[in-house]
Amino acid sequence: MRRGWFIPIVAALGFSFLYAPIISLVVFSFNENRLVTVWSGFSLKWYGELFSDPQMLGAAWLSLQIAAISASIALVLGTLAAIALVRFRRFRGRTLFSGMVSAPLVMPDVITGLSLLLLFVAMESVLGWPQGRGMLTIVIAHSTFCTAYVCVVVQSRLSDFDRSLEEAAMDLGASPLRTFFDITLPIIAPALVSGWLLGFTLSLDDLVIASFVSGPGSSTLPMVIFSKVRLGVSPDVNALATIIIGIVSLGVLTATIIQLRNRPRSSRA
Amino acid sequence: MTTAHDPTIPPPRRLKPWNVFERRLARMGITGRMLVLAAPVLWLLVFFLVPLAVVFGISLATKQFGRPPYSALLSTEEGTVQLTLHLSNYIRLFTDNLYVAAYFSSIRIALISTIITLLIGYPMAYAIARVPDRWRNILLMLVILPFWTSFLLRVYALTGFMRGNGVINQFLGLFGIPPLVMMQTDFAVYVGIVYTYLPFMILPLYTNLVKLDGSLLEASADLGARPLRTFLTITLPLSLPGIVAGSMLVFIPAIGEFVIPSLLGGPETLMIGRVLWDEFFTSTNWPRAAAVAIAMLVVVVVPIMLLQRAQNAVVEK
Repeated sequence: MRRGWFIPIVAALGFSFLYAPIISLVVFSFNENRLVTVWSGFSLKWYGELFSDPQMLGAAWLSLQIAAISASIALVLGTLAAIALVRFRRFRGRTLFSGMVSAPLVMPDVITGLSLLLLFVAMESVLGWPQGRGMLTIVIAHSTFCTAYVCVVVQSRLSDFDRSLEEAAMDLGASPLRTFFDITLPIIAPALVSGWLLGFTLSLDDLVIASFVSGPGSSTLPMVIFSKVRLGVSPDVNALATIIIGIVSLGVLTATIIQLRNRPRSSRA
Repeated sequence: MTTAHDPTIPPPRRLKPWNVFERRLARMGITGRMLVLAAPVLWLLVFFLVPLAVVFGISLATKQFGRPPYSALLSTEEGTVQLTLHLSNYIRLFTDNLYVAAYFSSIRIALISTIITLLIGYPMAYAIARVPDRWRNILLMLVILPFWTSFLLRVYALTGFMRGNGVINQFLGLFGIPPLVMMQTDFAVYVGIVYTYLPFMILPLYTNLVKLDGSLLEASADLGARPLRTFLTITLPLSLPGIVAGSMLVFIPAIGEFVIPSLLGGPETLMIGRVLWDEFFTSTNWPRAAAVAIAMLVVVVVPIMLLQRAQNAVVEK
């Protein structure tokens, strides 16, 4: 087949477009100059500044906690929702249910944030709960949209795998619950891991929803970054971005390598 | 109690606690299915569906000083319950030029960015689907990587790239080209949306294109069709679900985008998400913000349904 030049060139340009800004961000995080874009020598001083900023560190710790809790709640809810959608062919309200599960995926953040805030305020005045807003309300909000992402990931894994394994276990007398824990869970485990990680990163990344539902004294990391960045470039944000990008790249690289190693085995089986 | 045990009769099966529990539930008419569904259904009803209803309710109230800062819809006056609905917020949305302009400019910006993203994303997805396996995984990883990196930080990376003394202008300066004003323009907003949402376009397109049967393309070429014709008559129609899914994944969140217009756009870049934000945080007019949210929801509801249909088409294949 004749190969055109058009597609490879556009693809190469596309990839450089995706990566050039990130690479320049990383390079300038090691820049000594305060003017982020004028190179004046290698320095780690912005990293030092970052780690001695109590506001930044406090916000980072809060965000990590929120992300871990939200991802875990979303993991349970999303997995249950995925099981229901893949395994229960027909039930009353299925369309509504699948709509409710997938709509948060694309719902604009400002709507999600505003609607949850208004709910919390209304609930507080009617039920007296939740009292004020802060970490709890952010966790609830994040769990809700992360559930949708976990559900999508687990759903695709569940609909891929061979059901005869589950049927065999049931024929041998295992209860549905036992079958789930002994057969289904180990098979969908990789999807659960990536679902949790996806939820974790999305929660860590969210600015808009958290801004709506957070209260005084509970500023998450993106909220602190946004207020800094809004005023102009700040080199310590470059340093922070470099650390985050480093961790993420390492994670994605490891995941890809593990996946590639496992692939030949699973395709032979 | 008889001790003689007849070996031919199996001993009674001891019920495990779970089975006892299961039977008790079954007697009450509760099945395992209901238990699986209960938690996600309740959670999503309370924290997804009800909030949207609350937004609609509050959009019919008016701003008030106090806590909460909106008028009550239901009030009891002399023993009778009164329902007070205000349409003023919606009337304002249709008559105030600011809102109308923001509404149309959001749609325009989202539409143009989606088309640009499609034009860049399609060849990329096509290339990834056609390269040898070994390369494919690396390229896929390169697409997924930004997806996992912070959205906010990627938008921030663009500001360093496009600002007056940024990387692009320094590069152009090497050739003696005067610096371009890119930041705080609509152009920067387009770049921002395309840049951050490109992976959302590529991934569904790739999933779709990788399943394309190569023999169809060969058959078409054998029958004398030129590559462009083969593309237009075979590849393009078959990849339509991927195009729809990818485009909706870009268009819907772009409509309500707040971070990109406020970091990259100028003061004249009107977008409905930004208007909602200002209405809420700056003017603290919650009912007005709620009405803006409902209006935004009306725009995205059809794309959301299109997306769902496209996704079902991809899943069922």
